[in-house]
Amino acid sequence: MTTTLYTSDHEWLAIDGDTATVGITDYAQQQLGDVVFVELPKVGRSLKKAEAAAVVESVKAASDVYAPITGEVLETNEALAAEPALINSDAQGAAWFFKIKIANKSELGGLMDEAAYKAHTA
Amino acid sequence: MLAHSQDSLKRTPLHSLHVSLGGKMVPFAGYDMPVQYPAGVLKEHLHTRTQAGLFDVSHMGQLRLLPKSGRIEDAARALERLVPQDIVAIAKGRQRYAQFTNADGGILDDLMVANFGDHLFLVVNAACKEQDEAHLRANLSDDCVIDSLADRALIALQGPKAEAVLAKFCAAAPAMKFMDAGPHEVAGIKCFVSRSGYTGEDGFEISVPDSDAERLARMLLDNPDVLPIGLGARDSLRLEAGLCLYGHDIETATTPVEAALEWSVQKSRRSGGARAGGFPGAEKILAHFDNGASRRRVGLLAESRAPVREGALLFADSAGGEPVGKVTSGGFGPSLSAPVAMGYVPVSLSALGTKLFAEVRGQRLPLVVAAMPFVKNTYKR
Repeated sequence: MTTTLYTSDHEWLAIDGDTATVGITDYAQQQLGDVVFVELPKVGRSLKKAEAAAVVESVKAASDVYAPITGEVLETNEALAAEPALINSDAQGAAWFFKIKIANKSELGGLMDEAAYKAHTA
Repeated sequence: MLAHSQDSLKRTPLHSLHVSLGGKMVPFAGYDMPVQYPAGVLKEHLHTRTQAGLFDVSHMGQLRLLPKSGRIEDAARALERLVPQDIVAIAKGRQRYAQFTNADGGILDDLMVANFGDHLFLVVNAACKEQDEAHLRANLSDDCVIDSLADRALIALQGPKAEAVLAKFCAAAPAMKFMDAGPHEVAGIKCFVSRSGYTGEDGFEISVPDSDAERLARMLLDNPDVLPIGLGARDSLRLEAGLCLYGHDIETATTPVEAALEWSVQKSRRSGGARAGGFPGAEKILAHFDNGASRRRVGLLAESRAPVREGALLFADSAGGEPVGKVTSGGFGPSLSAPVAMGYVPVSLSALGTKLFAEVRGQRLPLVVAAMPFVKNTYKR
């Protein structure tokens, strides 16, 4: 059973035990427009909460994706790097960015659930 | 991240049309303009290259220069005091690309100049239009009446289907050739039509009275081949076409020679020509023609997928060394499905095929100097 949480920077985290799968929300992809390039963090990199972890570029602009929590990168989505447009078609599914080992579960407390995120983007 | 529209922004006569079409409005050059419509930048760009796109460029400035003598040559000669182009040679019904230069040989703005028989018709950039008008008034008022056409909209119809679409409303359109320009009726409305644009595609630019602009735009958009196109795709289209954006690729510190715009300066205005010099900065610009400039605007293609954007520093080597230049425009080219950029480099590094590196997020990405336009233009010559 996974729980999905959200950040105010429009990232989602699917929590499964000690692992979180991270991506950007459908709202974020709509705001970005056509995504043409994604740069993912290296597997094994230790991310600190709020540090720039990935880059997503639309035709118009580049945007940073920040680490929503602290932890080590366990896996990245190579299919996404090969086909960045996946973000526009399936932002909250096939277009996950990376998986991170949750270093500090207390950081999850500051994140939003789906209802709170919906209110945030309303 | 997202710019919000503000009440202080000016609106073009097509503003309510943009909003009704779902345009995402952003501030641009003091106007509230659509950056994209629901189709999105990528689809809008590709649609323009394969079908036809309609652009609102009403924010640009339109002016008339009327010779006080009644002789068009006198207006042409007067304007030649401000631009390095041969204006006298522009035949009636023809248009030419020009630049206002400053005393240092830099570019104050770029513009289109058309000969309408008894006067010259000018189209200048939105961000520069007040300054351009003041510049014209300060320098040409003895010879010309300077008439700002603030009550006209400007609509561009661009792409391979543009001719067929416009032909339904303007019988004269198909016979026009690239850079032909003149007064024509479009759907019975008195317009100025030129066969030109800012996309690298065949197409037309239509100056229409404000009061008829929305009606005309809707008539053109009623054709299923025509989509409305926002500023986002306008930028990616012109970048692929290798066309300069004022304030980015050309500005007050770049000469026409450095900007690789030599083609736009006719022989008559260069050293040894019939009317050589006589424009602001002529000494420096002609010296650049005669002896070469030290840097040059070039096209750049990236070897990686990461777009290289405006401001990225350019290096000769993959590590170390001082920057050799800077990217002035860059992004993703939807028709090439690859990053494209342009920037300034020392002439010694400007040859086609020269390998360079752009610094992006601390990494040096390999680039190669490439011919422009990146996408072959389809002008009807």
